[in-house]
Amino acid sequence: MAGQDYTLTELMAVIAAREIKDGEIVFAGTGLPMLGVMLAQRTHAPNCCIIFEAGTAASQLAHLPMSVGDPRVMREAAIAAGLNEIFSYVLQAGRVDVGFLSGAQVDRFGNINSTSIGPDPRHPTVRFSGSGGACDIACLARRTIIIALHEKRRFPEKVDYVTSPGWLEGGDSRQKAGLTRGGPSAVVTTMGVLRFRPDTHATYLASYHPGLSPQALAEATGFPLDTEGAAETPAPTAQELRILREEVDPERIFLK
Amino acid sequence: MTNKLIDLHAVAALVPNGATLSFGGFTTQRHPMAFVYELVRLKRRDLYLFGHSPGGDWDILIGAGCVKRVELAYEADEAFNTVGPRWRQAVERGEIEWEDYSNFSMVSRFAAGAMGIPFMPIRSLLGSDLLRKQALTDEQRAADPRTSPKKLHCMTSPFNPQDQVVLVPAIHTDFAVLHVQKATVNGTVRIEGQTFADVQQALCANTVIVTAEEIVEEEALRHEPERNLIPFFAVKYICHVPFGSHPYAVYNYYDYDPLQLKEYHENADGDATFQGYLEKYVYGVKDHREYLVRVGGQARLDQLRAAPGYGYNPELKRRRL
Repeated sequence: MAGQDYTLTELMAVIAAREIKDGEIVFAGTGLPMLGVMLAQRTHAPNCCIIFEAGTAASQLAHLPMSVGDPRVMREAAIAAGLNEIFSYVLQAGRVDVGFLSGAQVDRFGNINSTSIGPDPRHPTVRFSGSGGACDIACLARRTIIIALHEKRRFPEKVDYVTSPGWLEGGDSRQKAGLTRGGPSAVVTTMGVLRFRPDTHATYLASYHPGLSPQALAEATGFPLDTEGAAETPAPTAQELRILREEVDPERIFLK
Repeated sequence: MTNKLIDLHAVAALVPNGATLSFGGFTTQRHPMAFVYELVRLKRRDLYLFGHSPGGDWDILIGAGCVKRVELAYEADEAFNTVGPRWRQAVERGEIEWEDYSNFSMVSRFAAGAMGIPFMPIRSLLGSDLLRKQALTDEQRAADPRTSPKKLHCMTSPFNPQDQVVLVPAIHTDFAVLHVQKATVNGTVRIEGQTFADVQQALCANTVIVTAEEIVEEEALRHEPERNLIPFFAVKYICHVPFGSHPYAVYNYYDYDPLQLKEYHENADGDATFQGYLEKYVYGVKDHREYLVRVGGQARLDQLRAAPGYGYNPELKRRRL
């Protein structure tokens, strides 16, 4: 970011870390979420623990994994098992406090598409990897945090395919669909942080990143963005940046 | 005690065109790559693949024209590339049939098959398009017994009318192929580290083929039975294939190979460059030993070896290659 001593990736990792509370069980994928959990463990949340869907719980990561099945996630883990154990006994059983998700499109109710672009998923114009565990985390974690690139086409009124259900059509539609818990609590984007109104479950702009304005975010969003009460995102502290750079990702695997 | 050892080429040749298969591993770990390369060299066609999160094992088979239909949750080499390039192109060009599930639903499908029950209830998928939409038509499903006649079924718990679940259909494949750390000639198998869904995949298959880094004495594994997850009587064939998962990682043995993965992803997007990759590393070598020489031989493999106390190589250069 112009005139600042940190990068956008560093800012987003710091925001992700601040979303995690001490003692929480966190379901994380590769990339930014891992940076966030490792930073949280080294700052305000030393007792949060990280779950990887490929089969480990409470890894004490010494090197950043490039996959949730990476041998690096075995480092001093509490258990090593498989997907069935993690999904059934940890996630479905309700033991995951917060899960991180990302995708190509996010709508105003926090529904995410990571399957394909185009009106007919049988004949997509662009195909992605697919859900992986994302749909399961979206359905079964106690809350989710979404990481997204903030561009107008990536924030449409409606996503082309609901890979991971958020608040669906808002209000109580998530509960009516049979989902008894969870739902997105924040969308951490390259431009700001969106949260959800408690009654309608529609997004609103909670904060815009330093150097940006609420108008700039509204213009980069494909649905009318509620910007009332938005404030500037607090910048990373010198200590957060030092830990990120020196302890969390000294190899610069994900930090830019 | 039965000697189940068999040559890799001979066992791969047992897979007919049109067979249903699943491979062990997860994205960039423990795929039976040596076996996959054999299937490509054998030019197998119309394969039906079932998986949760495969990576380049599927991508290379799809790109080589071996695959007709897949049922999956994800296909990519995770942080090395966000989508498998040949998978993406095959879908966008209409060259493959597929059905989308989630990791939990696919693993539950394997588990149901392994337990001999017709389906498994789960609480996932509700509210999603994975539940509402299907990529395979009812006609395609009805016409082919290798695919479940129905993708999913929603039901209310018979014990509590407030409780909604989704039933996922069991999977039974002709073959499951795993790559593991240790096995005995008798078929006792030792998986070290994360097990992924290897156990469920093996136990829902008719024929289980295991390729292993090391063949060890039966007593060595029977000494700690609590660390063995698949009984020998469920395993039909054993192959000794050191570095059998390259370029993917095998915990306690070797790391993934970032240089090889980079070369794959730099070449897999273009049709001609992908063919070039296949010629160089698959068609152009006789077997896995020649492949390992082609990728750089002992010097390269030594750079990947896991360090004691880590299970991977903490010095591995993973960026700015």
